[in-house]
Formats: sequence, structure tokens, C-alpha cells
Amino acid sequence: MQKRYFLSTLTLALLASYAGGVCAQEKFKIGLILPMTGPFASTGKQIEAAARLYIAQNGDTVGGKKVELIVKDDTSAPDVTKRIAQELVVNEKVNVLAGFGLTPLAMATAPLATQSKTPMVVMAAATSSITQASPYVVRTSFTLPQAAVAMADWAPNNGIKKVVTLVSDYGPGIDAEKFFKDRMLFNGAQVLDTLRVPMRNPDFAPFLQKVRDLKPDAVFVFVPSGAGAALMKQFSERGMDKAGIKLIGTGDITDDDILNSMGDVANGVVTSHHYSASHNSPLNKKFVAAFEKANAGLRPNFMAVGGYDGMRVIYEAAKTTKGGNGEALLNAMKGQVFESPRGPMFIDAQTRDVVHNIYIRKVEKVGGQLFNQEFDTLKDVKDPGKSK
Amino acid sequence: MSVDNTLLRSTRWQAGELIFWSFAFIAPWLLAPHALIINEIAIVALFAVSLDLVLGYTGIVSLGHAAFLGFGAYTAALFAKHMCPDPLLGLAVGIGAATLLGAACSLSIMRGSDLTRLMVTLGTALILLELANKYSDLTGGADGLQGVIMGPLLGKFEFDLIGQTSAWYSLTVLFILFVLARRLVHAPLGATLKAVRDNRLRAMAIGIPVTARLAVVYTVAAGIAGAAGALMAQTTGFASLDVFALDRSADVMLMLAIGGVGWLYGGIAGAVAFKLMYDVIANITPQYWTFWIGLFLVVLVLVGRERLIRPWTWFSAEAKEGTS
Amino acid sequence: MLTLLFDGVAYGMLLFILAVGLCVTMGLMNFINLAHGAFAMLGGYVTVALMQRHGVPFLVCLPLAFLASALTGMVLERTLYRPMYKKPHLDQVLFSIGLAFMAVASADFLMGSQQQIMQLPDWLRGRTELFPDTPFVLGMGHYRLFIIAVCAALTVALQYVLSATRFGSRLRASVDDPRAASGLGINVNVVFAATFAVGSGLAGLGGALGAEVLGLDPTFPLKFMVYFLIVVAVGGTTSITGPLLAALLLGIADVAGKYYIPKLGAFIVYALMIAILIWHPQGLFVRQGGKS
Repeated sequence: MQKRYFLSTLTLALLASYAGGVCAQEKFKIGLILPMTGPFASTGKQIEAAARLYIAQNGDTVGGKKVELIVKDDTSAPDVTKRIAQELVVNEKVNVLAGFGLTPLAMATAPLATQSKTPMVVMAAATSSITQASPYVVRTSFTLPQAAVAMADWAPNNGIKKVVTLVSDYGPGIDAEKFFKDRMLFNGAQVLDTLRVPMRNPDFAPFLQKVRDLKPDAVFVFVPSGAGAALMKQFSERGMDKAGIKLIGTGDITDDDILNSMGDVANGVVTSHHYSASHNSPLNKKFVAAFEKANAGLRPNFMAVGGYDGMRVIYEAAKTTKGGNGEALLNAMKGQVFESPRGPMFIDAQTRDVVHNIYIRKVEKVGGQLFNQEFDTLKDVKDPGKSK
Repeated sequence: MSVDNTLLRSTRWQAGELIFWSFAFIAPWLLAPHALIINEIAIVALFAVSLDLVLGYTGIVSLGHAAFLGFGAYTAALFAKHMCPDPLLGLAVGIGAATLLGAACSLSIMRGSDLTRLMVTLGTALILLELANKYSDLTGGADGLQGVIMGPLLGKFEFDLIGQTSAWYSLTVLFILFVLARRLVHAPLGATLKAVRDNRLRAMAIGIPVTARLAVVYTVAAGIAGAAGALMAQTTGFASLDVFALDRSADVMLMLAIGGVGWLYGGIAGAVAFKLMYDVIANITPQYWTFWIGLFLVVLVLVGRERLIRPWTWFSAEAKEGTS
Repeated sequence: MLTLLFDGVAYGMLLFILAVGLCVTMGLMNFINLAHGAFAMLGGYVTVALMQRHGVPFLVCLPLAFLASALTGMVLERTLYRPMYKKPHLDQVLFSIGLAFMAVASADFLMGSQQQIMQLPDWLRGRTELFPDTPFVLGMGHYRLFIIAVCAALTVALQYVLSATRFGSRLRASVDDPRAASGLGINVNVVFAATFAVGSGLAGLGGALGAEVLGLDPTFPLKFMVYFLIVVAVGGTTSITGPLLAALLLGIADVAGKYYIPKLGAFIVYALMIAILIWHPQGLFVRQGGKS
């Protein structure tokens, strides 16, 4: 008996809380779907902070409408992302979807964007094929091939002729491996082996041991941001630097978020990436200062800049279309050219993907803190994954 | 009241049940903006009912029930992608595949203590996860299986954006399989299951073929879980590795524990309560909702399910042990 | 190859220290405590916080991590866990998962969601190589040597306590049959409380030691719970040597699997576990006379 009452009272009580109903006003709604819990929560945190910073700096009215930022946690589960996106589109009638911390999350939502004609701004996920999954996808983060190819161009000219690749076994990792390997071979270098580390991996030791046994000049690494620290520590613990093996990779392994706490083991690591918190431009200095001030000293990383620029793209498109939506809003996003904290960038009108500079950086101690110091620049790198 | 009559009474449909099911079917129309979450609740409720058969009625502690959910999901998704996008056919294929898997796996849960079974079932689910990851050319690996476009249901009803078709589809499948499960547990077979759960040795002593019963119920439950998985893949158009993960099995066990085991509506009640609670809390605090759910669980167990819904008993004398 | 073995042994011993508390709790109180990982995480975070914010040296942090987790365990046992002993297993699972959730969210809130990075003292950072340039090269990271040393010492101590002290025999009696034990005048409640405290303390110590090797972030309890459960299931809950051997087996299998067959690395571990459990459902190493 009680069990039946329990069911009905609970259901009715909770449904009553929904009876608030939907009050549609003239608002410009942005649905920001991020992994706020789970292993990639730091991505969600950085992007949300950056988005809010942008709104704080640029006002919450755009194109004559009030901006409403709706932030949702998808716990890094693609079916949850899709459901939340669907609810945002159908119930909240958002003008644009944004966020997407991982490739599967973006891929799951892409068909929805096409079906509902809602522009989708990808601020974090980095696999090449995402922008091809739907004509409504615009990306402001970066792609792994961009960073990987840049490194594969730099390495052979700097004494690295034999390399082993070590990547996490998922979309961006496989992208990084493929493009790095192809470009290295093209440049006349050797790739001794390609190792893939499963995503749910507590221990890098066996993989690094295998690298050591192969005796390359360098090991090229890609792991999602957060796992880089563990990898680097294992790297030095295994005595790989003393055995003459250099550590190179994309900037994900020297993520600004945790770079400073990595300690001396990170010193001297060379990476290629599109953003460093120490990038020497007035806009970036302003961005970093404002970000740190608003977030208790947290340093912004490349995820934050993806979120910040994503908001910029959305705001400018909203201004042009006076708070519009659908195809008009999407077209206003394509082809935007502007200065970002990372440097100059633009959204390619054809591929809807980001084109920006890729910097080669080295980790150095500046003013007592570790930073990725840029020392070489490859300008206006398009995503190689599409130039076929 | 003779024994036959009492037993027969429990098989009849109570008024409350009829009201509940009518409400459930009107809901996607009445609460159209929430059709999506209704769909999700229906799927998860079906999964919980299947676990209840195994856990509540037969006493098999399983932390790997998601193995069947995932297997049904991937089979249905692959079938729709490569062979035929008809939803009902895909559902049948998903159920069939999961049933076969269940029959095979039932061999592994025969022996050992609760902990053994817990680990073996968990291991099975994780092995399937690793296999799905390895054969990423087929399954899409960590990125998930995309490009699953479903045909219209029964040739007429498209899977629309609002999600009403999905909701009604899932609710219908839930209802049909629920009725099946209900028949099962109220039949003599169900009574033998409860006997096995309560005291296996005694059940064996009075001649109940325990291993055969375990195999049968595990296989049937696997099939039902496979149906839930197929529904999930079809209504979201997507299948990814986390459908095998420990989280899924753990979540459904939580729902069952919240709603109450050994009572088919327990799975449904738990699913509704858990999902709605999660949704409401996650809206308020997107980052720290796990804390409040955890707190709710701890309080629920300490206070006891029956007392929780009667606040006047919270501060009275000793907690009654074993009433929950 | 010897290096691999060495790594596997280090990993296994770490797992053992982390999981031994869980084994004893389950064997003794028949309580499935899925929040065990939370005590480990507490030890890890205490160490990181003390080292980073107060500059406490690493060696001092280790006993402090043990104490912090042990005290927390003792308090929680008296207040929250004790009413749960009589409840059905499902409720215990629910309860401990709830606690684990709360711990995860609290850690996220208090310490942030990123990976915590520990700065080891210099004397732990080196590496020694025996027989270099031979197929039998044995490369030993000093930190892993340290882990093996500490864990071996703890194992010996635990085994000694269990088999040669009065408390140990009381503990074994309570594991075998609590009713008979209390009938003989053993204060089973005190035994429970002390064991739970020590088990949690060991988990905390393991968390502190493991933060360097396994990583430390708020999802730690849930991530590693599976491995702990494997150690307990395969090793059995009635002895110390059982879980030790199970943990070593698991550590070596995991490391070797990932080296030789990277794509299927974790698969090997699970398949091995299922095979062992089907063959020996009570666990590989069960003391005769213990209860199932």
C-alpha cells in the first residue's frame, strides 16, 4: 500500500515542480552543454568561466535581446548530451547550442543540429570529422591534425629522426597519430611504432617501458588534458630523459590548467599548440588577468580560450542578425575574422572550422612559474584533415 | 480465504495499477515538453524491471547487467545501420542477441557467493566494453557508433524532435514486457524463484531444479535488458561505450534499491524517482549534484524507505530493522 | 622483461595496501563497503594539501594520511556504519555508494576537479639499473622501490599481528563466527571498530603512496573500486596472504597485458578474474574452516 502512495505522491510532487511552465520572452538563448562532473570536469569549469567572463566584459544584451546562458552538465555521456540538447532546442528554443567537451558528445548532437537547424558551436572537441557531421557545426577550439602536423614539420629539422608515437585510443588521439606519422614520413623521418593507450588507463608504465625499449630520438605524445601530468612523471621516473629520449607532443600534455603544479619534470618539454597563457599580446594579457581575477587565480587554458572565442563568434553573429537563429545565424558565423587571445584567427566559410596560428613552445620558468613560451609560429594553419 | 484464492488475488490487476498505466500513456501528450525524459525514464524503468527479476526475485547480485543493455543497444544500432532501419525488426534482433548472451553468461553465475557473482557479472560487462573498444572499426570505439538513422515506426510514425513517438514506443514496449514479467512472477515459476532466493539449500531439498531456474530467469532478464538497450539505441540514434560501463549497472541497482526490490513496480518507481530527482537537482547545481544524490541515498537507507515518506515517524523511537 | 615484473609487483603491492582494508571489512563484518576508495582518496588529498600548502615533508605526510583516514573511519563506523551491519547487502551497497558520491562531490568542491600533482622529495626520484644492456635488465624506479619496501613491511606487520597477537586471534575468531566469538567474551564491537579504523587508515596510506603512480582526482574512488573488488573477490576474505597474492597477480597481469597486447590490456585482467572465480568461487586462497 505505502509503496503505491510513495510512487504517486513522489511523482505528483516532482511533476508539480515542473508546472512552472515555459515563459517565452524575447531572449537570445545560448545552450551551453559541458561535462561539469566526471573525469573531464576541468574542461567544463574552464569553458563556463570563460563564457561568463565574456558576458561580463561585453554586456548581456546583444542584437536588441537579452542574453540567457543556460549551462547544463552532460556527465560526458553522449546520450545525455543528446537528450539535453534536444530538450534545449524543443523546450527552451535556444538560438544556439555550444560547448561539447569531447568528440562523442559533439557527434551525438550533430544530427540534431541538422534536423532542428540550430547552429552548434564546438568549443572543446578536437577531432577533424566533427565539422563534417553536420552543416550547422562551427568550431572555435582546434583540431589535433593542426597541432600534430606542425610538430611533424618542426621535429625533423631539430634533430629528431626516429620517433615513437603514444596516443590515447580515441578520435583525437588517432587523428594526432595519423597526421603526425604521415607528415613525419613525408619529411623523411622514421616512425618506429605507434602505440595506443586505452582511455580508461590507470598506469602508463608498460607503454613507456615499450617506448624505452625501442630507443627512439623522441616520443610524440597525445593524451587528453589532465593525464599529461601523470605521463610526464612516469616519463622522468623511467629515466627516459637520461636515456636521451625527448618528449614532444601537442599542447594538451602541458595544459596551462595544471602546468604550474607539474614541477621541474615539465621543464624543457616542447609542444605544439594554438594557445599559451603566456602569449605575448595585449589582448591576451588582459584576458588572462581578468580570468584569474574572476576565478580565484585559476589560469586560463586552451579550453577557456575556445569558450571565449566561441562566445565572441556567437555574439557577433547575433549582432549581425539582430538576435536571429537558424541558417541566418549560422551564415553570420561563417567567415568571421578577428583577434583572439591566442592570436589572429578566422572561421573558414567553407569548412566552418577554425584557422589560426600554431605555435611551437617550450616549457620555461618565468617569474617563478612554468609557462609554455612560444618560440616559433606557423601562420594560418588550416585543418589538414579537410584539405584533401 | 483459501490458499488458492490468496495467490490468485495477487495476480489480478489492482485499481492503482490501472490508474498508473493510464497516466503513463497520457503523459507524452499531456506533458509534451517532457516527452524526452519520459522516454528516458521508460527505458531505464524497463532495465530496472529486468534487474529486479534477477536480483529481487532470485537473489542474484549482479553489477554487470549493463552487459545485456549494451549488447542489445549495439546489435540494434548495427542492424539499423547496416541492414534494415525498421525499428521493430531491430528491437527483435536486439532482444534475440541479448537473450543468447544471457543464456551463455548464465553458466557463469551458478556457483559461488554473492561477491563472486558480483565480480563475475561485473567482469563480463567490462570485457564486453573492452571488446567493443577493440573492434572500433565496427563499433566506433570510444567515439561511439554514429549514423544510426531509424525508419518510421510501423511504417508511419517518424521519430520526431519532440520525442513523443519515442516516448510512446518505449512505453508500449515497457508495458508489454512488464505484463510478461508480471505473469512470470505470479506463475508457479515465480514462486520457485522466490524460494531459491530465500533459501537455496531448502529449495534444492524439495526438488526445485535450482540451476535450471537460475539459467531461465537470467536469460529472460537478459532479453528484457536487451530490449531496453535496443530502445535506447533506436530512440537516441547513437550507441557508445559507456552503455557497458559500471555506472550504468550501478545506477540501475540504485534505482531498484530506491524503489524497492522484489516488487516489479519497485524498478519503475525507482527509475521515476531517481531520474526526476537527478534532473531537478542537476538544474540547480550542475556541478555538485552527486553530493545531494549521495546524501539522499545515505538518508534513505539509514531512515528506511517506509519511514521516509512518513515524516512524523522520523524522530520517534528506534528505527524498525528490516522493514525496508 | 624483469623491469615489467618489477613494475607489476610495485603496482600489485600498492593495490594490496589499498584493498586489504576492504578484504578484512568484508570478511569480518560481511559488509560490502563501496566507499572504501573514498578513504584512500582522503589520504591522498591530505598528503597533497599538507605538502603543497604547508610544506610538510613527504615521509611525515604518510603517517598523517594514515591517521586522518583511520580517525575518519572510526568516527564513521560508530555513527553511520554500525546501524547498517544488519541490513541486507543491497542496502549496504546503496549506502556506501551514497557515501562515495558525497565524497567525490566534496573533493571536487574543496580541492577542484583537476589531477593533483605531487612533488616527490629528490631522494625518491632516481632510478637504478641492474644488468644494463642485457635482456635481463632490471630498471627500478626509486619511488617504486620505496612502495615495495613500505608495503612489504606493512604486510609482514599485518601478518604478525594477525597470527601472533591476541588481537589477531580475536579478529580471526570474529571473522569465523561472530556469535561464537562474543559468546566467548570477545568484545566484537571493539574488534570491528578497530579493524575498520586500521583498514581505512591503510587505504589512506595507500592513497597517499599511490597519488604519484595512479593519479589523484575526485573520481578516484569510483575509478579504482573495480580493482579493489577484484582483489577481494579473487583473494578471498579470510586471510592476508590471499589478497596479497591476488593483488600481485592482478598487478603483473595488468602491466604485462598492456605491454604485450596493448589494445586488450584490461580485457586480460577481467577474463583472468572470471576464469579464476568460475574455477574457485570462494577465491583462490581460502583458509580451511573459514566461512563462505
